[in-house]
Formats: sequence, structure tokens, C-alpha cells
Amino acid sequence: MATGTEPDLKSTGGVRGPARASIAAPHLRTDRWWLPPAATAAGLLAFVVYSSWRAFSDADYYAAPYVSPFYSPCLAESCAPMKAGPNWELVGSWWPLSPALIILIFPLGFRLTCYYYRKAYYRGFWASPPACAVAEPHRTYSGETRFPLILQNLHRYFFYAAMLVAVVLSWDTILAFRDEHYDWGHMGLGTLVFLVNIVLIWAYTLSCHSCRHIVGGKLKHFSKHPVRYRMWQWVGRLNDRHMLLAWASLVSVAVADLYVYLVASGVFDDPRFF
Amino acid sequence: MTTTSEPAASTSYTGHFRVWRGDTQGGELADFEVEVNEGEVVLDIIHRLQATQAPDLAVRWNCKAGKCGSCSAEVNGRPRLLCMTRMSVFTREETITVTPLRAFPVVRDLVTDVSFNYTKAREVPSFVPPPGVAPGEYRMMQEDVDRPQEFRKCIECFLCQDTCHVVRDHEENKGAFAGPRFLMRVAELDMHPLDAAADTGLDRKTTAQDEHGLGYCNITKCCTEVCPEGIRITDNALIPLKERAADRKYDPLVWLGNKIRRRGEQ
Repeated sequence: MATGTEPDLKSTGGVRGPARASIAAPHLRTDRWWLPPAATAAGLLAFVVYSSWRAFSDADYYAAPYVSPFYSPCLAESCAPMKAGPNWELVGSWWPLSPALIILIFPLGFRLTCYYYRKAYYRGFWASPPACAVAEPHRTYSGETRFPLILQNLHRYFFYAAMLVAVVLSWDTILAFRDEHYDWGHMGLGTLVFLVNIVLIWAYTLSCHSCRHIVGGKLKHFSKHPVRYRMWQWVGRLNDRHMLLAWASLVSVAVADLYVYLVASGVFDDPRFF
Repeated sequence: MTTTSEPAASTSYTGHFRVWRGDTQGGELADFEVEVNEGEVVLDIIHRLQATQAPDLAVRWNCKAGKCGSCSAEVNGRPRLLCMTRMSVFTREETITVTPLRAFPVVRDLVTDVSFNYTKAREVPSFVPPPGVAPGEYRMMQEDVDRPQEFRKCIECFLCQDTCHVVRDHEENKGAFAGPRFLMRVAELDMHPLDAAADTGLDRKTTAQDEHGLGYCNITKCCTEVCPEGIRITDNALIPLKERAADRKYDPLVWLGNKIRRRGEQ
């Protein structure tokens, strides 16, 4: 059968197929292969639950000078007024839901189509495969050849959008060097939380495989493009830690939001350093 | 020679093995108790079984140095080279299960028919020599060949092909999907600084998707996990190839740029 032909979609048994070694067990692994996908699924699920609660709540997302990264930039008219902050009423007053839902589409799309997260949720949630050499439970498989998973190829566009969001979050971090009266030259614990978050957000965004491709990976001759080659090497070094940065930035963005929530809802006051 | 009894007792023990015995008609896991010595690898134990208990046990092997890629099998359910799997990674009480590669048709015992891979190898168009440059006159900068050279470390053990769930769990995909080893070969050629395939009308970026089934790969990285040569197949070959295919097929800006450039060339 030549490649490029349409596969017969009737499953033929996989590892328990008639021509394979007759072993009834779907796998013979003796290690705790289920632990990484289970931990991944639990971690992602925890973030989804937390971020959904916060995104839909439409409350306690601004405590001067801090704005939650889930609500920045705030594109609806219903947004809390933030002095010199990311209030851009592009969507207007007709938007009836939480303004976070407008902007979160972009970082969500970036992470959903990210090559690391794809591995994580294909394994953790869809068991495709659950672990290496562990038989998957699905009768048929078409991978990313069809709708909707063919849309994973749009990752680079979400990367561009995520860059813009990161620029706005960087501005928010600069604004965090004010106090609650909007006077410059101050710093609180929240500023530190925002600083750590924005460094991790940039590191994760720039370590993206699409970024690596765009800055230089697409070239055939590195020797003719020394600057792009150097950039490709830098991004490559970040890319080696893409999984770590994906998790670190996921946690940091949730912590930054939680910090704003706790301060805005009056649980504690932002400790000021100066 | 010193006569201490302690070292001898601690370096040799009886290991418990389950080895799949059978052929195309069927088979089962057979239990063996076999001597294991310090420093041995699983292939040593299989050879000892052949020498002492199962002279007709079929196993494919050659270099015993992790370079020929012959002794691929599954040890405790994980695709591995028998000659590179040290016995010291297992506890002495552990029962070690050795089976043939489970993605390919079995021939006998630990030997499988890996001809699927040779079929796929033939389907990848080979290197296209650059016009006007004679063999021996090829000159390339090291930074240009670093990427393809990583992929040349491949010993064709086919462990990546075996573990890839696209064909391991779905026999029906074997026609459409080349597997990680041969998609890596496509990437290697597409990144080769002197490959002139594009001049002949062969766009490897497009054919990776259309003819070799790149879209089936869902980048779950098992190929990288099992590679005994440590090649970063997913990050350095498959994902870059997916991005190159996206340039061609899913990026309207690149598509428009190519159209304009081609018009200018006419």
C-alpha cells in the first residue's frame, strides 16, 4: 500500500492484531507509567477550574496599581477604570459577559495549540497514547489530519497574539511600580509577583517552537544569516526548557491573579517595600 | 588470588525471566530461572538462555555495542536495545519480561518482520545532488550541516517506529504514515544545505504532509523517549517539519509571498 492513500478506518487490533506476537495484555510495563499523565491531567484540570472561576467572576480583578493578568488588556466598556492601565474599550458596551473572556481567547489558544501542551493533554486527557508503549483505548486514529485538530497548525498566529498580550502585561508590570495613589517609584510584594510572572511569560512565549522556526529554523543556510542563526540558538536554549517554562508560567499567572484577587477582595493589604 | 567468599556471592544471582516464545501461529510467555552476573546486559542473559535452556530461541543481534540496531525488543514493556539494557537497572527479585517488538508482525520468538520500515525508506525521495557541483566538490559550512548531522546518528533500530502509537495501535495507518524515523529522514533532507529537490519540483515540506503522513503525528514524544542515540526526534525534526509544512499549507502570508515571488520569476 503506497503512502498517501486513505487508510482503512476499521481498526485492526493494534498490538493485539493477528500478525503481531500473541500477547493479550495491552502493555507489559511494570513502572508507574500512569503517574505522569495523571499528574499532568490533575494540574491542568486545577488550572482550568481556577481560571474559569476567575474569568467568569468579573470581580476583584483590580487593586490599584495591580490588574489581574486574566483581565489585561480589558477590552469592554464594563471594565473597572484603571489609571493609565490597560482600559481599551474596543468591544464597547454590548459585551454582556466578563471582559476576561474576550482577551483570554488568545493566551488560551496559544497554550492549547502549544506543542508541549498538546503532548500533555493528548496523553493526560485523551490517552492517545496514555504513555509510551501503552495501548490507547481508541478504535481509530486520524491525528491532526482533520478538523478540529488540523487547526493546531494555527499555533504561529496565537504566538503572534500572545506576544502582543505579553507586551501589555509588561506594561502592567511597569505600572506596578506605583503605589495605590498612582505615585511612581514604589514597590510592593505584588510588584515582585508581577515581575516574576512577566519574566516567565516572556520566557515561555519566546521558547515556543513556532518562534524558534520563525526566527531562524525555517532557513536552509544558517551561514548566510548569522544574526538569525544566533537568535535561533538563543531561542533553542530556551526551547530546551519549554515544558518547564510552560508549567512555571502557568503557575505564575495564576499566582499573580490570585494575589490581585486577595488584595482586591480585602483579604490582606499589599505589603509595601518602599 | 584472595579467597574471600563475599564478592562472589554478591555479583552473581539467579534472575527470573519471562520470554515470549512463539511464531505466527501463536505463542506465550515462557518462564526461566537463569544466572545473572555483574556487568551483564539483557542480551547476555538471552544468549545464556540459548546456551543452556532454549537452544532454539530466536533473537536478532549483531554488534552488541548499541550501534547496529539489530537487537531491538521490549523489556518490561518498554522498547529497548537488548544490548544496551543493563541488568543493574532491575532489582534482583524482579521478573524481567522480554518480548518482540509489538508494532511489527512476529516471525519467531524475539524476531519480528521489520520490512514495513524498508518500504517506508524507499518511499522517501533520496538526496538530489546540486546541479553543476561534482561529487567531491561539495562544500558546506558546519553550522549548515549541524541539524542534519544529528539525524545521521540514527542506527535504524526502529524503536521509534515500534513505540509510535500511530502505527503500533492502528495497523490501518501503516499505509499512510511513514513513522518518526522516516519523517526525520525527510526533515534531514529538507534541512540539507545542498539538497536540490526544490529545483526539480519536489517540495519536501508539502510531501511530508501529503505523502508521508506528518499530520498523523501528535507529537507525544515517545519516539524521542526511546531513541537509544538520544536524537531529539520530536523537537528537532518532527516539529520543525510541521512548522515547514504550515509555511506551505496553512500560512496565507507565506503562500501570498511565494505566489508574488513566483510571478516575478516568470
